[in-house]
Amino acid sequence: MSFPNTTKAPRADFPDLRKHNNCMASALTPGIYARLRDKTTPNNWTLDQCIQTGVDNPGHPFIKTVGMVAGDEETYEVFAELFDPVIKDRHNGYDPRTMKHPTDLDITSGFFDERYVLSSRVRTGRSIRGLSLPPACTRSERREVERVVVTALAGLKGDLTGRYYSLGDMSEREQQQLIDEHFLFDKPVSPLLTAAGMARDWPDARGIWHNNEKNFLIWINEEDHTRVISMEKGGNMKRVFERFCRGLKQVERLIQERGWEFMWNERLGYILTCPSNLGTGLRAGVHIRLPLLSKDARFKKILDNLRLQKRGTGGVDTAATGDTFDISNLDRLGKSEVELVQLVIDGVNYLIECEKRLERGQDIKIPSPVPQFRK
Amino acid sequence: CAKNTQPTGTPPFEEEFPDLSKHNNHMAKVLSKEVYGKLRDKQTPSGYTLDDVIQTGVDNPGHPFIMTVGCVAGDEESYEVFKDLLDPVISDRHGGYKPTDKHKTDLNHENLKGGDDLDPNYVLSSRVRTGRSIKGFTLPPHNSRGERRIIERLSIEALNSLDGEFKGKYYPLKTMTDAEQEQLIADHFLFDKPVSPLLTCAGMARDWPDGRGIWHNENKTFLVWVNEEDHLRVISMQKGGNMREVFRRFCVGLQKIEEIFKKHDHGFMWNEHLGYILTCPSNLGTGLRGGVHVKLPKLSTHPKFEEILTRLRLQKRGTGGVDTASVGGVFDISNADRLGSSEVEQVQLVVDGVKLMVEMEKKLEKGESIDSMIPAQK
Repeated sequence: MSFPNTTKAPRADFPDLRKHNNCMASALTPGIYARLRDKTTPNNWTLDQCIQTGVDNPGHPFIKTVGMVAGDEETYEVFAELFDPVIKDRHNGYDPRTMKHPTDLDITSGFFDERYVLSSRVRTGRSIRGLSLPPACTRSERREVERVVVTALAGLKGDLTGRYYSLGDMSEREQQQLIDEHFLFDKPVSPLLTAAGMARDWPDARGIWHNNEKNFLIWINEEDHTRVISMEKGGNMKRVFERFCRGLKQVERLIQERGWEFMWNERLGYILTCPSNLGTGLRAGVHIRLPLLSKDARFKKILDNLRLQKRGTGGVDTAATGDTFDISNLDRLGKSEVELVQLVIDGVNYLIECEKRLERGQDIKIPSPVPQFRK
Repeated sequence: CAKNTQPTGTPPFEEEFPDLSKHNNHMAKVLSKEVYGKLRDKQTPSGYTLDDVIQTGVDNPGHPFIMTVGCVAGDEESYEVFKDLLDPVISDRHGGYKPTDKHKTDLNHENLKGGDDLDPNYVLSSRVRTGRSIKGFTLPPHNSRGERRIIERLSIEALNSLDGEFKGKYYPLKTMTDAEQEQLIADHFLFDKPVSPLLTCAGMARDWPDGRGIWHNENKTFLVWVNEEDHLRVISMQKGGNMREVFRRFCVGLQKIEEIFKKHDHGFMWNEHLGYILTCPSNLGTGLRGGVHVKLPKLSTHPKFEEILTRLRLQKRGTGGVDTASVGGVFDISNADRLGSSEVEQVQLVVDGVKLMVEMEKKLEKGESIDSMIPAQK
């Protein structure tokens, strides 16, 4: 019996996904695998590298993870045959082949009743064009991302003036301070991230920047090149979003002055590591107390129709404590930043109305579903 | 479009050099900027690079007390292409072993003297393990699903052809029933998906449990792990102190398996300098760990215990294996060496050393001194 070198044939390498429940496993066929297996991006990133995290993490019957990541901007083009259906699946039918994603960072309204809303927050991510993404980047590329971003942030002025704390060089006292403020991020332990290679070389070139007022914060080289966060206590989402947009625009201008730019295209919006964060990469949300509404049987349906999701106050995959929830937009791609934040504002106001009505013993209504993409 | 994109051509190696200032492992001690610069652009024929070799050591700074290796091989050629790093690591780890040294292989169990009379009142069990890599395939940090599956198929074919005392059955991790899994756990045979970051950062847990499995004979005295940290881990074990029998079965079983692989032109990776080629440089040479679980409650608290072990060229572990603590005065005692001495020599050290330590234990039980029994450095 001989064993010819059939290991090179794509069929020999096709992963066993029979016990898997993630978007990649739903979309990947032997035909697609065979056609894409031998392609590489200009940085030599391969299909196997894209899907490794989804092969290693079969998923959960209730939570459908994405199961693949991009190693660089070109990933989304070279492996479009797999990424496009995954994107469509994850982003509620958004078809990258035919649709365009709108970007809009100029809002006008948004103030919540602070008897219910404890804090407001908007986050997104940005990638630096020309450098590989966290699953694929070399140490020198990661250090370059840090240099480019930290240099730009040093140019911020006024209420955005701040400073950078490198994870590797941080003192014990600084570390404790950042933990107490809920700013510090840790080396990823989730196998979804580690199997995608995002924790390599930790903590080299990782760090946190925040302004002196502590309401504008940037994570460098965690799951994306940058994560940008604007937040404050209370219900002034308008001010949070205004600062978010202003800060983002200034950072963009500062990197452009030195010849860099963010990864973006009109098919997919802002390019980030995980396909789930394409488009705006934006999660706008509040911590809100809804003691009566959260116990109402219609709560979930109301959220669904408002295109909102609830999380625990520890963030993704945590449980709510008491009656306080993290409520944020579900969608990322196919609607602009302004549209999504407006949606959160309108939706949260609706939830507060419901809570007040229930307090007064009045009945509440499930709202009609918010329309999907603009035509 | 961006004007300041990465220039074509690689950045200078200083930009790429890892920050090892807080690291304590063999790789970090050896890897200088000069060595990094020299090796950074090389690749093995299968595409394994220096960065791949060292990733696990960069990601795991180590422990002040335990010196890990901090690098792995992705294929047989890694040990050649990256000699400038791996030779000094090997020398550090294996007691000064030089690039010009030759390693002796001796799997003739008849050359072992004694070993059949370790006192079973003290020696609870005896075990010998090693690893083997199949020539022509890349190693667990690097191999593709296709390669891993062929290694599994080849292994199953080889193992299923064994008979007599070696007749047995293969249990693939993927399709094991609950009942089979329970039994294998109860027998202490089942291995888990690696959680140690030393292994996961080296990519050895990819695609789990695809292509992984356990084979054992009906008597449950000969066991093979397929595609865990190495292509094959081969284990011979039994209760009690008859190390001679354990070693006989080990040698005979290994040789039968090797013959079958050779028939398919896929023998084991071996050369006369490094002996058997395995994933971790710490397992080169014989890859052999021969040991016992032995009750030494008095000796283990004696101030000279560590020194005795060192002189006997033995090491102690807890009964859960590497990085575990001893329970109830029972220790796992095994050979410390892997490279530069043969299988027979290493198992001889275990047999002689354990025999001596049991005698010491008995003396201490009687309240007598063991000072005259302390051995010279072997």
